[in-house]
Amino acid sequence: MWPIRKSVWRHRTARGTHGAEHRGGEHRDEDHRAEQHHAEPGLDAGAAYAYLAGRALLPNRGLPLNLDQVEDIQVNTSAAERRAATLVTRRTVKKEWQAAWLLRAITCMDLTTLSGDDTAARVQRLCAKARQPLQHHLVEALGIESLNLKVGAVCVYHVFVETAVRALEGSGIHVAAVSTGFPAGLSPLAEQVAEIRRSVEAGADEIDVVITRAHVFGGQWQALYDEVAGFKQACGPAHLKVILGTGDLTTLRNVARASMVAMMAGADFIKTSTGKESVNATLPVGLVMTRAIREYAEQTGMAVGFKPAGGIRTAKQSMDWLALMKEELGPSWMQPSLFRFGASGMLADIERQLEHFATGRYSAEYRHPIA
Amino acid sequence: MSIVEKFLNMEYGPALEDPKEALAWLDRHARRFGHFIRGAWQQPDAGEYFDSTDPSTGEPLAKIAQGSASDVDSAVKAARAALGPWQALTPHARARYLYAIARLCQKHSRRLAVLETLDNGKPIRESRDIDIPLVIRHFYHHAGWAQLVEKEFPGHTACGVVGQVIPWNFPLLMLAWKIAPALAAGNTVVLKPAEFTSITALAFAEICQEAGLPAGVVNIVTGDGRTGEALVDHPDVDKIAFTGSTEVGRIIRKATAASHKKLSLELGGKSPFLIFDDADLDSAVEGLVDGIWFNQGQVCCAGSRLLMQESIAEKLTAKIRARMESLRIGTPLDKAIDIGAIVAPVQLDRIRRLVDQGVAEGATCSQPATKLPGKGLYYPPTLLTNVHPTSTVAQEEIFGPVLAAMTFRTLREAVELANNTVYGLAASVWSENINVALQVAAQIKAGVVWVNCTNMFDASTGFGGYRESGYGREGGREGMFEYLEPAWFKNAPRLKASKPASAQEHTDDDAGMPAIDRTVKLYIGGKQARPDSGYSFPVYGADGTLLDEAPLGNRKDIRNAVEAARKAEGWGKAAAHNRAQVLYYIGENLSQRAAEISARLARVTDEKQAEEEVRLSIERAFAYAAWADKFDGAVHNPPMRNVTLAMNEPVGTLGIVCPEEAPLLGFLSLVLPAIAMGNTVIAIPSETYPLIIGDLYQVFDTSDLPGGVVNIVSGRAAELMKVVAEHDDLDGIWCFKDESAGATVKALSIGNLKQVWTNEGRAIDWFDAAQSEGRWFLQHAVQVKNIWVPYGE
Repeated sequence: MWPIRKSVWRHRTARGTHGAEHRGGEHRDEDHRAEQHHAEPGLDAGAAYAYLAGRALLPNRGLPLNLDQVEDIQVNTSAAERRAATLVTRRTVKKEWQAAWLLRAITCMDLTTLSGDDTAARVQRLCAKARQPLQHHLVEALGIESLNLKVGAVCVYHVFVETAVRALEGSGIHVAAVSTGFPAGLSPLAEQVAEIRRSVEAGADEIDVVITRAHVFGGQWQALYDEVAGFKQACGPAHLKVILGTGDLTTLRNVARASMVAMMAGADFIKTSTGKESVNATLPVGLVMTRAIREYAEQTGMAVGFKPAGGIRTAKQSMDWLALMKEELGPSWMQPSLFRFGASGMLADIERQLEHFATGRYSAEYRHPIA
Repeated sequence: MSIVEKFLNMEYGPALEDPKEALAWLDRHARRFGHFIRGAWQQPDAGEYFDSTDPSTGEPLAKIAQGSASDVDSAVKAARAALGPWQALTPHARARYLYAIARLCQKHSRRLAVLETLDNGKPIRESRDIDIPLVIRHFYHHAGWAQLVEKEFPGHTACGVVGQVIPWNFPLLMLAWKIAPALAAGNTVVLKPAEFTSITALAFAEICQEAGLPAGVVNIVTGDGRTGEALVDHPDVDKIAFTGSTEVGRIIRKATAASHKKLSLELGGKSPFLIFDDADLDSAVEGLVDGIWFNQGQVCCAGSRLLMQESIAEKLTAKIRARMESLRIGTPLDKAIDIGAIVAPVQLDRIRRLVDQGVAEGATCSQPATKLPGKGLYYPPTLLTNVHPTSTVAQEEIFGPVLAAMTFRTLREAVELANNTVYGLAASVWSENINVALQVAAQIKAGVVWVNCTNMFDASTGFGGYRESGYGREGGREGMFEYLEPAWFKNAPRLKASKPASAQEHTDDDAGMPAIDRTVKLYIGGKQARPDSGYSFPVYGADGTLLDEAPLGNRKDIRNAVEAARKAEGWGKAAAHNRAQVLYYIGENLSQRAAEISARLARVTDEKQAEEEVRLSIERAFAYAAWADKFDGAVHNPPMRNVTLAMNEPVGTLGIVCPEEAPLLGFLSLVLPAIAMGNTVIAIPSETYPLIIGDLYQVFDTSDLPGGVVNIVSGRAAELMKVVAEHDDLDGIWCFKDESAGATVKALSIGNLKQVWTNEGRAIDWFDAAQSEGRWFLQHAVQVKNIWVPYGE
């Protein structure tokens, strides 16, 4: 259907554009391994970027804005809320499966520090945790040494990109930079674009940008499209993660329409929140965004990733979100290439749950090294 | 399999609910249950037992007693003995018992959920999150009604001993729907659970013991259809409440026809699920999951008939097929299962047979690739496309996880297809346009309409059907009325059997000028019509003199009258204000002609009664003109973000067999409330004085009553009422004659299960407005449609 051999992303890392080559190489291995089990018969296993219901998908290259399609989108709030509420009661994972899911959640985490008082030392500490999210004794107890477990990425402000790149060298862990006047996203466009370029040059693999929410309120879809397309162009080979600020958008229909426009404009990921809004990632918002991703994939054959961020703190929540991805999109979206958590605090709870699984005793937060 | 492998696979893995506690409870009862009678376990008289099995494994769970007629008799006696003391309690005391039951159901909620899943095969998620919470809510809500019953239902009294027969699809929930309102209203109960699923009813019996409920207030007799039959036939039962198939509903209607048992029936359905092109399609697909794949589709109100707008059909069916792939089918105790086991082999056979028949008739069958468990009774989620209204699978209730899909072009066609069924239980409408959604909701013939949602239930909101889906409502204020009766009516004296008037020796002493011949005709479609038969029959005065000849209507006249009444149904959609104006005008015109009408009527009654009938008729016209725009529905408050509009809709086209004892007032006391609420009517006037037609049509014609709203066919009432009772295009029949007339119309009403309301052979004082005017009449003239409208943006 789409005879692609390798993802755009891997081409970039293979060229060694901005990071150590073996970093990209490691990622490729992990992706390959994870894809094998759900590769469809008759398809070249590991060749496709992702699968949706058996169909091989390409990474997103964007599309011209199709306003009719955007405006046709309908979301019924009560029904979406009901689905989100019952989805997590319809699915549960227990015992070793739960341990496996929690480990998967760790690999999908963007460990993040975005505070005004961040320092280089703080970022280095975070990177150390990113490399070794679980204590050795736990890794051994779970028998998962071969997984070489690490988080998906470390997410920092531009000024700490180089610090993070250095601290993560050789780990294969991506560095993500928040950009475009995060979290308001209201600095002049030229500055936003320049900021993205600077972060990419400094070695960021991923750029998390914030859209101008006013474009959504006003239904100025062309303006939103142009904005995101501009960001995408500035990103060059880096992955663009577009934050919709869903807590500000007020309606699920706005969320769905903004998701679709961002994808048409070339977003590699769509992301719920900056973590700074009063309402962050909720399951109904996640449901609506994943459905938009599905619709886009069905229509275009291109896969866009999803990142819920903010307000996700517990191991239970991580499994709910993974179940949402499995149910609405399928296993390709349970991997770091297409799914990330913007949730740092969640790691501590996952560690405690895994400790409980391994030892049968409930653990305390202070017994696990902090990020 | 190592954690690494599980990490790579990301499968769900098993998540079994441990049934240990529930099984231990069965063991404590030695896996053998008698009946629960007089507050204690009682072994069956005949000593017969049968197995209740787990449909997911075929393993027997417990031995259940087979109830015989003598077991039923023992239970009814216990309920009868308990009735007086139960009614002697204060409402508050009864409320305490119901409250205690609610609390105990909550305390034992997981045991009840696990037992339900073991016995029925439904996923534990459903029994845990839906069935049992609704049971608890039902008892809490009705603890409230028990407390308020005297204040909120003044002048009413409980029916007495109630016999209740419930189905296997929601065993404990159906028990709660039956027992909670019955007890709240002050009845005592004999309940028979379905033979496949008796266990939670028996667990409930233990809860009654624990709550200290007085012995005999709740009795549970288990067994198969024979036990149910014995209960329905028992002469000392005052009311039967049944939930189950339309087929058995018919049998029960017929079996109780000659009795005075009040009857409520909640029967089958083939509920439409309409999706318009502006709907949120992904949410609508989830709606289908909750609509047809809930409880393996074994739901009377399942959205089993999908009607999709043509323009979105292809896209939608693709989404449905994709969604079916991710439904998980398997052992019901697994907490992450969407579809569990089918209740019994006989049901699985039925599903298979009907799907095979659908395919044989040309339907395309889609099922997911999901593997079914190796043992146990399972059926995969199924979508049938290329289905037409003529297809068996579009008409017959399958009661399985099978969705039959058809398309429509316009809103009008959608409504037409939706209503193209003998059932009328529920409907689900999906559109983001509130105008479309509410327009459709208003036009669909169903007791429950869910807008952008489906299978929502709550104790505060009535549930029940139109047409062959039964009558009566369960839940809410409307449900309480099923277990209450006006106190005066319960104690009203028997009406004497009516004797047709006959010729007496008489002398014609009017030697003066010959009168101008006055020919009274039938009144059909707003026109005077000669009877099809071409015959007339004599009408005699009180003194035996031949007054005149009345037209002798026959079945063809009834047929014509029904057609005319159907055509006049726009009356029901007219503004209530306009109906009120017409009713006032009727009063005004009666008043103008009072003297002449009264004079003519006096020839069969007497002067005093005639004058009184006319005077009160005018008053009655005013009363129902007043009521026309005041007998409002309600807005219920289920515990969710939602408004539920309980709308009083006309029953439709009614046949009214008028009483003999008050030829004018009796006629108008029934016809006026019917038309005030928007029904159209075929009335059979008293045989004593059918000539009243002549006066009535002059009044109606001059009062702007649209033609066809009231049609009057005189003749031999005993024959005409049979035609009316059997007519499948009538929605209801009211019969206010003697006992045998009531029994006849009840028995003959089963063709389309039209609603039947009779005086149960009791005398009604038509001259006493407290008895013969008001809410009681209006309640029978409407059926409640509950429209659920969730909101939020």
